[in-house]
Amino acid sequence: MGQDSPLLSVEHVSKDFYGNVVLEDVCFQLRAGEILGLVGENGAGKTTLMRILFGMPVIAETGGYKGGVCLDGEEVRFASPFDALDAGIGMVHQEFSLIPGFTTTENIVLNREAMRGSVLNAVFGERMSALDRAAMKGKAESAIARLGVKLDPDMLVSEMPVGHKEFTEIAREINREKTKLLVLDEPTAVLTESEADILLKTLRKLADQGIAIIFISHRLHEVVELADRIVVLRDGGVVKDLPNEGVSVRDIASWMVGRSVAADRAASADGRRIGDEILKVEGLWVDMPGEPVDGASFSVRQGEIFGIGGLAGQGKLGIPNGIMGLYPAGGEVSFRGKTVPLNAPRTALETGLAFVSEDRRGVGLLLDESLEWNVSFTAMQIQGKYLKSILGGLVRYRDEAAMRKLTQEYIELLDIKCTGPEQKAKQLSGGNQQKICLAKAFALKPDLLFVSEPTRGIDVGAKKLVLDTIKRYNRDYGTTIVMVSSELEELRSVCDRVAIVDEGGIAGILPPTAEPAEFGLLMSGVSPTGAGPAGGEPDGAKEARRA
Amino acid sequence: MPDLKQTVAEFGWPRVIIFLFLVALFVLAPFVGVRLDDSLTNVLNRFGQNAVFVLAMVPMIQSGCGLNFGLSLGIIAGLLGGILSGQLGLAGAAGFFGAIALASPFAVLLGLGYGKLLNKVKGEEMTIAMYVGFASVMFMCIMWLVLPFSNPTMIWGYGGKGLRTTISVEKFYRGVLNNFLMIKAGEHLRIPTGTLLFDALCAYLMWGFLKTRTGTAVTAVGSNPDYARASGLSVDRMRTVSVVISTFLGAVGILVYQQSYGFMQLYGAPLQMPFAAVAAILIGGASVNKASMLNVILGTFLFQGLLTMTPSVINAALQTDMSEVVRLIVSNGIIVYALTRKTRVAK
Repeated sequence: MGQDSPLLSVEHVSKDFYGNVVLEDVCFQLRAGEILGLVGENGAGKTTLMRILFGMPVIAETGGYKGGVCLDGEEVRFASPFDALDAGIGMVHQEFSLIPGFTTTENIVLNREAMRGSVLNAVFGERMSALDRAAMKGKAESAIARLGVKLDPDMLVSEMPVGHKEFTEIAREINREKTKLLVLDEPTAVLTESEADILLKTLRKLADQGIAIIFISHRLHEVVELADRIVVLRDGGVVKDLPNEGVSVRDIASWMVGRSVAADRAASADGRRIGDEILKVEGLWVDMPGEPVDGASFSVRQGEIFGIGGLAGQGKLGIPNGIMGLYPAGGEVSFRGKTVPLNAPRTALETGLAFVSEDRRGVGLLLDESLEWNVSFTAMQIQGKYLKSILGGLVRYRDEAAMRKLTQEYIELLDIKCTGPEQKAKQLSGGNQQKICLAKAFALKPDLLFVSEPTRGIDVGAKKLVLDTIKRYNRDYGTTIVMVSSELEELRSVCDRVAIVDEGGIAGILPPTAEPAEFGLLMSGVSPTGAGPAGGEPDGAKEARRA
Repeated sequence: MPDLKQTVAEFGWPRVIIFLFLVALFVLAPFVGVRLDDSLTNVLNRFGQNAVFVLAMVPMIQSGCGLNFGLSLGIIAGLLGGILSGQLGLAGAAGFFGAIALASPFAVLLGLGYGKLLNKVKGEEMTIAMYVGFASVMFMCIMWLVLPFSNPTMIWGYGGKGLRTTISVEKFYRGVLNNFLMIKAGEHLRIPTGTLLFDALCAYLMWGFLKTRTGTAVTAVGSNPDYARASGLSVDRMRTVSVVISTFLGAVGILVYQQSYGFMQLYGAPLQMPFAAVAAILIGGASVNKASMLNVILGTFLFQGLLTMTPSVINAALQTDMSEVVRLIVSNGIIVYALTRKTRVAK
């Protein structure tokens, strides 16, 4: 265990995806037996960095990377994850990669099973060796013992609690003789607090045995508790690389979020009237895959722009999708004092709610149809607009002239770049498609508009146009807007209040002028200290859920 | 030149080739002793007979249920309507329209059940539809024997029970549409005006339906079901509507076919009928999820033209019977071609 020469050193690594820089000049070092806590917001570059380290083919396919990675003092450039495994790097992914119908033992030693010769070897060669079950079990048990946890080697993975699955994955990685470096991507995200505690102890134990660990987590208190060094990534660069001595969760949170925004906020409440509560949500749960909501409560006031932020997978997207009836949901939602039935998209639309989906191409657009159809379809189906009567009102046909006129209006209003209302939606660029989605919602003349990830996947110029459009619509028509976004800066520049979602509930609501660190803390699941509920907002949700 | 190339590409190479082949056959016909006016009469007759079947493909294609390989279900409803009309002794126009009216409840009920089934197997509609078609035809083979019909012109002469395999509609509604306003030019050329007008009426109603609010919704469901759902539509209901319409048109289609052809064909006959309709609309340029009236008309004309002309001309030229072989190669070949080209927009 040479304490002086680093086991892993990452030197000046840069990576761009078709000109979009995601990593820039990243350098850090890791010694054997050291635990490195890697933190950063979504999109800071953590995943890309780990992919480079692990030799994922997607990196080579997109043009490779600049800089170098040294393992044990030798520069390595893995062509595939198999090379990385051979070199002694183990990875535990956020999603389990276990075979449910196999036992713990079988999963741990998969593809490295102990073999015993059999008569068939003579004819068919090595592939016909029989499994040596006893030796396999022995190997598995020794790996489990190294972890210092109790796992039944004969239990089927499908019958295990989540925590045991996590340990099985780790046991599989350390079962390789050569494993020197273990990368864990959000290992505690699916664990209960007591399970997480055990995991942290186990990791410490592994580190004491000389294995270096890279620990990625957005639960900052765990990072502070466990790590020897902390590296903070922001916008693709290392902003802090320091030993974990006297570092507080609050410090990390502010480094992660960075940037203080004061500009852009000039036009806040200018001439807008923010009225009484219009939408009240209590104890909302939504079963949306990847974005589950569990007990979210908040209320939105008439005429305001209400932001919902938070890290990916915490449930912020589930909130509008659930209220609009697109995923199974429960709880109490009332609009203007009247209950909005859930799981009924039509009723939600009829009530005066509208939704611009984050899944633009999947849910937001009829890609194969014309812009006219895209813009006017929902209004036609829900409100019976853009239809004309023929045969004395017996039958009503689409009023194509009215549809064209409407679409032309929005093309001019939102400055949509297209050849005309007849063009197919799939032929437009991302930003213009987003504007079509907004036009579709505007055509409904909604009282409250949900806008989900309005700037995802569109370029910087288009982002500003889209955000300006939302602001202008709010100002000109007094439409209440609930905007969900994973870009905190965006929310802070547009919204009147910003709620942060964590683990399916509202962690807290802050004014956009609040310190970046406050937002960072809420996202990390730390109870807000100084920043109580803002704007007189009751914030019992989180406490109620925890209780 | 590039313009021509693009036009051809848009029109589709298979259509261009089949069209040229058909023209060649027409040109060749007189040289091998096949009369042109005879051929034209045949083509128009077969066009009239089959157009409604092909039209029946449209609603399900538009709603995203794919090609209706289970059209046999509608055909069975139509056969039931025809037999009931015969049993009741209706004749002429009353017989024909009575048959449609009597077939309607069967078509709607079968369509509702069929639609419900297809909603449970989204993504696999065409495979399931084919087996639904086959199974229902086989089931009806039993029922034709068992059902207590008693009109002596329809049941087996011996034994006095069970329906015949082919029943002449001479006394019921033969030629009700075909003979309506029929144009007779010369000795051999006959234009079945009534049938063509009826086909045109059906096509017009379908075109109109697709322009209504419900029709627009059906198209949107086929184009992007998630979009439709987010716009407050019931995807399943719209799909069921399209399946019921398709089944109903299948029933009307078989009655139009019978009045022109002259016979009801029971038992195994409906087994292969959907394939001809599927092949026709695909030749017409429809894809698995988009179809227009133009596709229907063009496709029926090209496919039926090919079926009529190939046997008469090739047989006369080669002195062998290749008609069935050519029919199978063309219809199944075009289905395979179209299905391999099934494209979905990448998300």
